Amino acid sequence: MSVLNVLVLVCVCYVAFLFAVAFGADRAAARGRGGWLRSPVVYTLSLSIYCTAWTFYGAVGFAARSGLEFVTIYLGPTLIMIGWWWTLRRLVRVGRHQRITSIADLISSRYGKSNLLAVVVTVLAVIGTTPYIALQLQSVTLSFAAFAQADPEAIHLSDMQSTALWVAVGLTVFTVLFGTRNLDANERHHGVVMAIALEAVVKLCALLAVGVFVVWGLAGGIGGTLDRIEVSEISRFEVSGSRWVGLTLLSAAAFICLPRIFQVMVVENEDEEHLRTAAWAFPAYLMLMSLFVIPIAAVGLDLMPEGANPDLFVLTLPLMEGRDSLAILSFLGGFSSATSMVIVAAIALSTMVSNHVVMPLWLRYSGNAAMMSGDVRKVAIMARRLSIAGVVFLGYLYFHLSGGGSALAAIGLISFVGVTQFLPALMGGLFWRGATRSGALAGLGAGAIIWLYCLFLPSFGPSAVLPQAVFDHGLWGIAWLRPYALFGTNGMDPVIHALMWSMLLNVACFILGSLLSFPEPLERLQGAQFVDVFDHSGTPGGWTGNMAQSEDLLVMSQRIMGAQEAQALFSDAARRQGVAGYLPEPSPDFLQDLERVLAGSVGAATAHAMISQIVGGAAVSVEDLMAVADETAQIMEYSTQLEAKSQELARTARQLRQANEKLTQLSVQKDGFLSQISHELRTPMTSIRAFSEILRDTGDLTPEEQEKYASIIHDETVRLTRLLDDLLDLSVLESGQVEINTQTGQLCDVLDRAERAAGVKDTALQVNRDRPSEEITLTSDLDRLAQVFINLIANARKYCDGTPPVLTIRASLQDARVVVDLVDNGSGIPPEKQTVIFEKFSRIGQTTADGAGLGLAICREIMERLGGSVSYVPGQTGAAFRVSLPRTRQAAADRSPQDAAQASH
Amino acid sequence: MSPERRPVFLARRSYRQRRLGDAARLLPIAAGVLMILPLLWRGPEGDPGTATVMIYIFGLWVVLVGLSALISRHLRAREPEAGGTGRGDV
Repeated sequence: MSVLNVLVLVCVCYVAFLFAVAFGADRAAARGRGGWLRSPVVYTLSLSIYCTAWTFYGAVGFAARSGLEFVTIYLGPTLIMIGWWWTLRRLVRVGRHQRITSIADLISSRYGKSNLLAVVVTVLAVIGTTPYIALQLQSVTLSFAAFAQADPEAIHLSDMQSTALWVAVGLTVFTVLFGTRNLDANERHHGVVMAIALEAVVKLCALLAVGVFVVWGLAGGIGGTLDRIEVSEISRFEVSGSRWVGLTLLSAAAFICLPRIFQVMVVENEDEEHLRTAAWAFPAYLMLMSLFVIPIAAVGLDLMPEGANPDLFVLTLPLMEGRDSLAILSFLGGFSSATSMVIVAAIALSTMVSNHVVMPLWLRYSGNAAMMSGDVRKVAIMARRLSIAGVVFLGYLYFHLSGGGSALAAIGLISFVGVTQFLPALMGGLFWRGATRSGALAGLGAGAIIWLYCLFLPSFGPSAVLPQAVFDHGLWGIAWLRPYALFGTNGMDPVIHALMWSMLLNVACFILGSLLSFPEPLERLQGAQFVDVFDHSGTPGGWTGNMAQSEDLLVMSQRIMGAQEAQALFSDAARRQGVAGYLPEPSPDFLQDLERVLAGSVGAATAHAMISQIVGGAAVSVEDLMAVADETAQIMEYSTQLEAKSQELARTARQLRQANEKLTQLSVQKDGFLSQISHELRTPMTSIRAFSEILRDTGDLTPEEQEKYASIIHDETVRLTRLLDDLLDLSVLESGQVEINTQTGQLCDVLDRAERAAGVKDTALQVNRDRPSEEITLTSDLDRLAQVFINLIANARKYCDGTPPVLTIRASLQDARVVVDLVDNGSGIPPEKQTVIFEKFSRIGQTTADGAGLGLAICREIMERLGGSVSYVPGQTGAAFRVSLPRTRQAAADRSPQDAAQASH
Repeated sequence: MSPERRPVFLARRSYRQRRLGDAARLLPIAAGVLMILPLLWRGPEGDPGTATVMIYIFGLWVVLVGLSALISRHLRAREPEAGGTGRGDV
């Protein structure tokens, strides 16, 4: 079996292993037992996607060409990491606080959530990254070719293009599978991060293994290696100062700005504390990665034949010495570097492309219909997937068109300069409150144009994109506009030249634009939040506690979430606030909860808009605004707190007022009742007295008259007794001395009985019932239950003013509780009365209907005795009462406290 | 409850924390200067040898990793309120 076949086999196994690791990590995270997935070590290792194939193979090539200069590419990130207290801490905090999804998102939300800015950043990132992806594909194909060359048995390696195509397809599949699991870009891609951490270990081990082999196997130890370096072409440290400093700064800046690094460092960050470990562990990783580069380069230059590609020394040295297994390990290292870069870059870019380009376009052209739930989610995931495929395909296309020539080798630094254009807008946004959107746009635009003109377009070679004349004489023949000698700066290194001019102009335009423009309110607010992130981290953009119409909110939520869920949510919140019924106080906490729950169905933006429609203004809290007014912040901070306190006091006062109102109403009702009851008692008493006097004093009454008067007296006593019975019934129920007779029967029968007894038959009231749903067997005191229904139906008969009056009875079973809704089509009960209808002596209005206002109070007591409840449901078509009780009454509850007390004596 | 009224002098621990924060900020600057240093070296034959510079750079790197580990470990994310931790330290 030839080495090449073994290589293909190992490669396939390795890829399968990666899939398994990613799958396993995703599963572990989904089951909530992936604690080790969130360790700082994994975070540090995932940062290693900085080291792509360009650094794995290219570092040795770089070193073979220009000596120790290669190390600047690693020194820059080292400076950034050990300086984490300056920038990275702030960057990660802002990223987590603002729920940032990409570098484009960060820049856009800093400058007033400007989508134009996001699009500019996205386009620049795609232009800068595509050649870099092509470079990764090239490195994989080149390393394959190196094996094919060394392998005489290899019959025919199908051309390089097909290898690249297969790699691209495989990477796309992997990225789509594990990179678009969840829509929320803030959720971590555990599988991807784990696979990348693993690849980081593989590439480090591979490079170290080759290094150890070269130093101790080929060069004869450390002394021998140093001697070889001494006699090699790169023995002198002949580095130009500008390149040494410039490349260090460039790599430092790129480390912050590269979209893929931003993805793992900020977006995938689990815990800010991980930076603490990465601050020293990642520099150590970089140090180990570059430790053996110079030895390998020196030994390679010595041993390899003239004209061998120094970019592949890492691979060809072991191959030449016949160490096939080491060569395969080295190949896997390079393969890991290439694949992890492409995967993360594709995820980062696809998030940007789909969030800032595809989705806004789609929402614009599909109109408001897109605001339905479910719909948007599917579209967003699809956009993300297509973007991944698109980005990888662009990389392949670039590779295909450029023919995989040596032009690609220089693309690493060119790409770095491209993404570095984000730096002024990014850092300015994090540290300078005065930075504005116009400034950022101007800076980015100027920097991007210089980069394209001086570095990117010329990189295709003379006459490829820019004609030779432009190189020689400048654009339109103006010598100052020569791409490699802008403004007369002759003889500079092209990369440093482009870096210097693009950054100078970028920063200048950024500052000038910011100084001359005036920011919008949202920009100023965001600016304050970003710059003062450590002072204001705790303040979420909450709702101010305006007195919203809870009932309106309930009606809206019912439409979106379904009646049952909405009512459960509202009554839950009400219970937490200590308010009875279904309408909680619209406190900021409750509104925020509600917004989050609604966002699950209709998306965050729509949920936000809907609540603000009902509540009125919001979102920008007083605290947020305080941050803008910096100078008087101290005094105003106090007044903020005072304001918050006074709002809370106002809420409490409102509750107190409500309680007081209720008490006053009760007292009025009690007075009313007393006069009512006196009246009720006096009327029959008067007639009893009058007729008994007639009977006593009038001697010559006919038997008919006697009988008539006696029956009047009897009727009046019956009426008196009924009234007293009701009162007695209520007091017995209240004191808990009532006897409960538990029976088992059908709800349907109970309702039938109640309907008959309520005397509905001869009246206009029409009762709608759904008999199949009422076939619920329940065990409770059915007589008492019937009494409740009789009362409620009789109320509807008496008070419902719909034409014609209709009462709808709906029964359902919810979690072993029987719920019966009785809803009529009348005008309902006015909100101010809703709180007192269940109180004793309460009667709605000065109605002519008889009754002493005890019915609902008795109902409530009965239902409490049965372990259930009767409540008024607001926001329905008319008056709506809900009776709910357990399907099976607990036997233990039969014994009232009094019984138990007596038993114990 | 307001963070504005900070005392002029800090307790020993908070003072240490502040200085560690200063050290964390200065470390990259010092490192940057030290990394440029080899550019100024002149050996007997003009440019210094690659091996020498390599040993210097990697030695510096190891020291930086060590210092960074030391500072990061002891640096707290949120410095304790001045005087608030009085019970623990005497």
